[in-house]
Amino acid sequence: MSELTVGLLRLGYLALLWMLVLVAVAVLRRDLYGTRIVARRRRASQGPGGAPAPARHGPSRLVVTEGPLRGTIIPLGAAPVLLGRAPGCTLVLDDDYSSSRHARLYPQGEEWFVEDLGSTNGTYLGEYRVQAPMRVPMGTAVRIGQNVIELGR
Amino acid sequence: MATVAPSQVRSGRGVELALLVVALTVAVASYALVNAGAKVEGPVSVLKYGAGMAGLALVAHLVVRWRAPYADPVILPTVIALNGIGLAMIYRIHLALLARATVRDDGTLKVIPHGDPMMQLLWSALSMVLALVLLIVLRDHRTLRRYSYTAMIVSVVLMLLPMLPVIGKQVNGARIWIDLRVATFQPGELAKITLAIFFAGYLVTNRDTLALAGRSLLGMKLPRAQDLGPILLVWGVTMVVLVAQKDLGTSLLMFGLFLAVLYLATERISWVLLGLGLLLVGATVAARVFSHVGIRFTIWRHAMDQEVFEPVKGSPGYPWGSGQLVRGLFGMGSGGMLGTGWGQGRPDLVPYAESDFVIASLGEELGLTGLMAILVLFMVLVERGMRTALGVRDGFGKLLAGGLSFLIALQMFVVVGGITRIIPLTGLTAPFIAYGGSSLLGNWLIVGLLLRISDDARRPDPSAKVATPAGGIPVSSRPSADSAIVVAGSGGSAPAVPAPAVPAGPDQAASGGVDT
Repeated sequence: MSELTVGLLRLGYLALLWMLVLVAVAVLRRDLYGTRIVARRRRASQGPGGAPAPARHGPSRLVVTEGPLRGTIIPLGAAPVLLGRAPGCTLVLDDDYSSSRHARLYPQGEEWFVEDLGSTNGTYLGEYRVQAPMRVPMGTAVRIGQNVIELGR
Repeated sequence: MATVAPSQVRSGRGVELALLVVALTVAVASYALVNAGAKVEGPVSVLKYGAGMAGLALVAHLVVRWRAPYADPVILPTVIALNGIGLAMIYRIHLALLARATVRDDGTLKVIPHGDPMMQLLWSALSMVLALVLLIVLRDHRTLRRYSYTAMIVSVVLMLLPMLPVIGKQVNGARIWIDLRVATFQPGELAKITLAIFFAGYLVTNRDTLALAGRSLLGMKLPRAQDLGPILLVWGVTMVVLVAQKDLGTSLLMFGLFLAVLYLATERISWVLLGLGLLLVGATVAARVFSHVGIRFTIWRHAMDQEVFEPVKGSPGYPWGSGQLVRGLFGMGSGGMLGTGWGQGRPDLVPYAESDFVIASLGEELGLTGLMAILVLFMVLVERGMRTALGVRDGFGKLLAGGLSFLIALQMFVVVGGITRIIPLTGLTAPFIAYGGSSLLGNWLIVGLLLRISDDARRPDPSAKVATPAGGIPVSSRPSADSAIVVAGSGGSAPAVPAPAVPAGPDQAASGGVDT
């Protein structure tokens, strides 16, 4: 083989190798666009096409901010929300530190209230243990076992 | 842990087939160029070799189509290309060693007896077939979680096997081999898979305890003192492997794997820092106390010193010194940007150029350009594994896929770091490329597992279909007033998916499974 052929083959092989790399990377590009992230962070879960939350005065959703279910969002309607380990709850907590029917959130007018349902480890609104139903201001942490939930717009 | 799912699922089998064609072209071109450069016809002709590789790849593709139709389309072609490049380099070095063979008095050849390309070819085919068998037999990776503790026992047995008197075998100072009469085998290569299964299974159960924060230090939450047991145990076992089997690489790999899975499970950087600290302490003590570890450090730090390069008789590094490392560096240097071309360099001057130093050989003949392409291929492979971990929905699968792909990444880091003098040289080999049947088998089985998990990760969620209203009912952007539905990150298209009308009692609104 002439020097030229050897040189061309050498460069040709490298080009082929990079072609494989680039084709593979081109396939990967699909992952960067058009994915749906079932995320724990609020921002990521809204996604590109997400319409802004409807303009309302009261809180419109419940967000789990800490714990195994972090990132879970529940839209709030007029119905109360039951939290606990029992499968019948609205938000089923997979958490050894919460009771089966742990706490209940319910609306009254524009406000939402939290009520402890006699749980073993208690429900905390901010730093206070919930004894009687308490009003939940928007953005205040409600701790149930290992999970922390918040009301958001 | 977050889960990332494509909004539009394509099985990717067509893409895989196209990529396979390119990958096979690379593999066959490597082999053909070696033959052309050496002006010989190899043990199998290029045509037969190409046909065999294409046949195996086609079988693999069909098995994936059959048993894992949604598996990641990039993993298989990448690995086949890497395996092909490795085969060509091993064959090329074998040719060079043959050319250097001396003729004995009785007319037979005295060849440096390592790196038989036919064996590697057979091992490649066998490993690939076994990986496919794994894909066929294992229908759901979550089955493995049931065998977490069995996997632990198997790992311990596999790691202890080389220590046994009859079948255990010591090669070049490291006691990591067993002699199976027909072939020697490194059980540690399989142990790393069973260990990954055990770590994933153990940590997915216990991560909540380990994630509990203790005292805070420098803005970082330290784990609690009573939770330190597992990490200390794994560290202890690692050190035993290091001392008893004299195997720096395996101990590093084991401990690194544990740290990675621990980090994935708990998301606490303090565990990683703690582990790295422990490793540093262990390595420093080992380097001081045990000469076989110490010499690796000396070679690493003073490779270019004359007394380390060519140690005099009686000094610690005798007779090898840093010759292998330095020759590898010079080899890569002589390759330059574009390399010498297949069969044009002299990578065979480096001892173990086909196994421990195969990356240096490739760097010499393919240059920086080619070596970078190979490293990017590895990166793509690892990325696919990590992507699988992101996409799969169960915690065990996440940890297993993350751990296995981290294994490949760490192994490549340790190998490339070793030959480029970033870290001390260890006895690890580059996955898929380097000579060694056990390493090939272990890594192909990892590929089988990753394909299996990625099939689960990319398969469209059956529950998502149920939640979508049938018949194209327009999805309202406002949550319906009478039902509270669990929508775990409803994604881009629909902020809230109204449930199929469920009567909502005062206490029991519609309930739903939560997908974390």
